[in-house]
Amino acid sequence: MIRRRSVLKGSVALLAMPAIIGRARAASGFDWKQFKGTHIEVSLSKNPRSDVLQKHQKEFEELTGITVGSEQIPEQQQRPKAAIELASGRPSFDVLMVSLHVSKRLFGRAKWLEDLKPYLANPQLTAPDYDFADMGPGAVKTATQPDGRMDSLPLNPDLWIVFWNKQLFKEKGLAFPSSMSELLETARKLTDKSKGTYGFVGRGLKNANVPVWTSWLLGENAYTVTADGKKLLTDTPDAVWAAQLYRDLMRDCAPPGSIGFNWNECQTSFSQGKIAMWLDGVGFSAPLLDRKSSKVVDTVGFAVVPKGPKAQHSASFVDSMGIPAAGKNKGAAYLYCQWATSKKIMAEILRTGSGTPARLSVYSDPQVVRENKFGKEWLDAVMESQKISAPGLPEIVPVTEFRDTFGVALTNMITGADPAAELKKATQAFQPVLDKSNA
Amino acid sequence: MAEALTRATGAARAAAGRRAHYRRRYWAFALPAAAIVLAVIVFPWLFTLYMSVHEWEPSGGALFMGLGNYLKLAADARFAWAILRTLYFAALAVAAPVILGVAAALAFNERFPLRGLARTVFILPMMATPVAIALVWSMMFHPQLGVLNYLLSALGLPPASWTYSADTVIPTLALVETWQWTPLVMLIVLGGLASLPRDPYEAALLDGAGAWQTFRHITLPLIWPFIVVAGVIRTIDALKSFDVIYVITQGGPGTASETINIFLYQQAFAYYHLGYAGAVTVVFFILIIAVSLVLLAMRQRAKWQ
Repeated sequence: MIRRRSVLKGSVALLAMPAIIGRARAASGFDWKQFKGTHIEVSLSKNPRSDVLQKHQKEFEELTGITVGSEQIPEQQQRPKAAIELASGRPSFDVLMVSLHVSKRLFGRAKWLEDLKPYLANPQLTAPDYDFADMGPGAVKTATQPDGRMDSLPLNPDLWIVFWNKQLFKEKGLAFPSSMSELLETARKLTDKSKGTYGFVGRGLKNANVPVWTSWLLGENAYTVTADGKKLLTDTPDAVWAAQLYRDLMRDCAPPGSIGFNWNECQTSFSQGKIAMWLDGVGFSAPLLDRKSSKVVDTVGFAVVPKGPKAQHSASFVDSMGIPAAGKNKGAAYLYCQWATSKKIMAEILRTGSGTPARLSVYSDPQVVRENKFGKEWLDAVMESQKISAPGLPEIVPVTEFRDTFGVALTNMITGADPAAELKKATQAFQPVLDKSNA
Repeated sequence: MAEALTRATGAARAAAGRRAHYRRRYWAFALPAAAIVLAVIVFPWLFTLYMSVHEWEPSGGALFMGLGNYLKLAADARFAWAILRTLYFAALAVAAPVILGVAAALAFNERFPLRGLARTVFILPMMATPVAIALVWSMMFHPQLGVLNYLLSALGLPPASWTYSADTVIPTLALVETWQWTPLVMLIVLGGLASLPRDPYEAALLDGAGAWQTFRHITLPLIWPFIVVAGVIRTIDALKSFDVIYVITQGGPGTASETINIFLYQQAFAYYHLGYAGAVTVVFFILIIAVSLVLLAMRQRAKWQ
């Protein structure tokens, strides 16, 4: 029999349900709804990771009660737009996707972004299952400023690997090279200009081409600036060796016109099946496996950058998520950053082949391994590259100017200039710029 | 008499007062426009001048350095090359569309079947978005996979490097500009041709003038003012061209297609040298004013007497 008293009791229980759930969340140690009703704006650079974030944005809104407006802007426009807005002191966004390889020192020196270490240490703001220790040490190091502040959470280190065409290797009876010197020899053997077949392709366009050179330089276990970021190491014997390797590969083994190639031209050329090897970011894998545009779907291989004379490294370029120090909704923004760099989202990024996330645990997630569309060889190459990753660009404020200056020198080498002389000239031109930025 | 004089003086004063009153009211009407001009034209210019005499970094602040940026600019070989490249590009991107546009206008001025449709098709490039055009052209320029080298090979010709060589990049970029903006010149000149008087042609016909003589001594002088107008518009457009160059080459290979605008963009938004970029803007503005004055003088001389 239904009594009035029991109906009233049931109604009261129903009304009290949100409070009960809230208490349960509090008991579990974390309240995702603490900033319910807040609206935040997220500025993303255009890439597949941002697609994943936007696709799952609704889940974040349901989890937190925070509404999100987000936009993707091509990275070359997003970086200056963000810098100018941050400098103005009134950024239009609450969360920013940061290209650390370009903006780290500029943002760090100006202290435009919030230090997230106190947030990570605060149990009221960080969920107990966030597990920051799961982040790869290379990515964490890159996200940490020299003064110890961590002004963004690492999201995705784009690792450089070698894409190779197994069919062309098979036709010549060659194996994938085990060292950088062997890579040059193999590329020469695979180049047959009369048939339009080339052993190698890489970026020749100024600025974009610098990571190709630094990838070889990492094989000498060498960097382009000293650890304190004050003195250039760009005209050392190691730097000249790496530049000669770059010049030889681009001049002798790359297709005509590669002097003006950025990654997209390299990708188009490689996907047509006439190029044996292409050194570039693993983030460019997906189109190679698209049957509508690629002829190498069944023949493409993914390999770790071969070892150099002294070391084996994979150049890495880290994207991260930060919060403007001048932002007005920092708490809600931090919840977004936390969600965007959570295990769940990073597993989704890896599963869908949208990137190579910073968390190590996702690479051993059985579902991700099973469903990753690139297969075991790709995952193995990525895992191995994660272990040997090193910054592909110097961590200095004028990094774009560095890339332009040395990029022009590298371009000149392809058309016949002497590597040692070009590097010396570029070093002399850029050292004053570096000095000034450090003053 | 004195009373009349007083009345007249009073009336004159009253009229003057009314005029002054009207003038004051007139200024009130002009104020909104003046405020907008001050805000969007005068203020940015004054601020650019102010920036150009400072070392201005977004992460640093402003440090007064007088004419330091201008002196640095005068010694900057990269900037000097950018000026020369801009002039080279502008010369090609003005001459080719003007010559081809005049030829097209003369052709489309004749009567032939489907002339209206042909005119419409001819002006289509002008209506497209420059960035979209640039992306399509950059695919066509690809040395191995682009359709242009395929067409050359079909004709038995060797492949060209197009934008992938320092020697050919500027003429190739001018080719894109020519493709897009020849229709504009054609439209302007076609308008001029439609307005020409018939009498001189009839007189020339009676005097036995040939087709070339008619064109050389009648048509060309009469349409010259229109050609000059088209040239002025094209010159200003070519000097400030940015989108097509940036999308196709970003100033490369090396710095082979780095015009003043690309140089300016790099300084301001890639290196964040905002003060130096301000100085570049001022110098570029002076250059544009100088070229415009020359062109305006040419236009005055080209007017029908």
